[in-house]
Amino acid sequence: MKTDALIAMLARGNAGVAPHAVERRLGATVAVGLALTLLAVLATLRPRADIAAAAQLPMFWWKLAVPLVLVVLSFAAARRLACPGQRAGPAAAIGAALLALLWAVAGADVASSPAASRPGLVLGHTALPCVVLIALLALPVLAALFVALRSLAPTRLPAAGAAAGALAGGIAAAAYAVHCNEMALPFVAVWYVLGMAIPAGLGALLAPRWLRWS
Amino acid sequence: MEDVEETLRALLLLALAGDNGAYVAFLTQSGAHLRAYFRRRLMTSPNEVEDLVQETLLALHNRRHTYQTTQRLTPWLYAIARYKLVDLLRAQSPRRRVEVSLDDDDASELLPADVSPAESRRDLLKLLETLPDRHRLPIVLVKLEGRSVAEAAAATGMSEAAIKVGIHRGLKKLAAEASKRR
Repeated sequence: MKTDALIAMLARGNAGVAPHAVERRLGATVAVGLALTLLAVLATLRPRADIAAAAQLPMFWWKLAVPLVLVVLSFAAARRLACPGQRAGPAAAIGAALLALLWAVAGADVASSPAASRPGLVLGHTALPCVVLIALLALPVLAALFVALRSLAPTRLPAAGAAAGALAGGIAAAAYAVHCNEMALPFVAVWYVLGMAIPAGLGALLAPRWLRWS
Repeated sequence: MEDVEETLRALLLLALAGDNGAYVAFLTQSGAHLRAYFRRRLMTSPNEVEDLVQETLLALHNRRHTYQTTQRLTPWLYAIARYKLVDLLRAQSPRRRVEVSLDDDDASELLPADVSPAESRRDLLKLLETLPDRHRLPIVLVKLEGRSVAEAAAATGMSEAAIKVGIHRGLKKLAAEASKRR
């Protein structure tokens, strides 16, 4: 087939596309992913028993805010990385700055507490389940985001995979926070961050193989 | 080279709004720039050039919804071209890890257009014949024979929605087969 014939073939019929296809494709995946992950947490792990009382405390909302900020930032990065010729953009730098801020505030929290209570602030009682469950809850969302990205056109595959993983991790951690009893910011700064970092790293590792499109 | 950016961008924006004449012009001019780009980078395997031009045009078409209208066009186009080139180089030497810098701004060394296509080695029409009917028939009827979606639906007994999906998925499948059979 000659190239001119290919061009005529591609142009025949309607070449128009609806605008904002990238935002709509990724946004739909995030919305469904968040809803299903929250449902899974509510159905299997159950919301914490004292959720009505806990919702009165600022810490309950901070614990939700940390992953939700990651969701917003990694969505912005994934949207850009889904399009050829764009980099992650300002989201990566903002995320790094906010992580440093989180660690600084958590560090100050530990430093200003009595020495005897410090290990408890960081270790809590549920560190291991927290990390494992956030990482596990992120996996289906990560898979769905990979499917969505493959229908777009990422060309920086590890970066796009990492953004998708961070997005999945943020969604999983936000849903998990409804179940989690821990109420110390240092706990969140260590174990939530680790739980969200695992899918992000996994996304970057799997991307060269699984994000390839043709 | 700014005018290349301006011209191609204007053509694609018209095409995305539904102007098929502008789309032919966009693909033809993009093809000429891609040909120059690949010829320069495939000195040792010149007979791959036209195949890669065709594969990249197919990718531009299948992924045209990822062009953000506020973005510069040539970085988008050359990012796809470079992605396809890396794909080919990897296939040629699977053991050697191909290093093609992602950071060089290829668009800045935009070459003069090359309007003399070589023969392509791979025949996309033959490849099209290997696709299942639900993909092949919509493409043949609408995209090659120029029939309307409604006519194609009547001729095949498929719904109009199935015809549209068949074209869309079929062209993606054609691209996948093309990059598989190098």
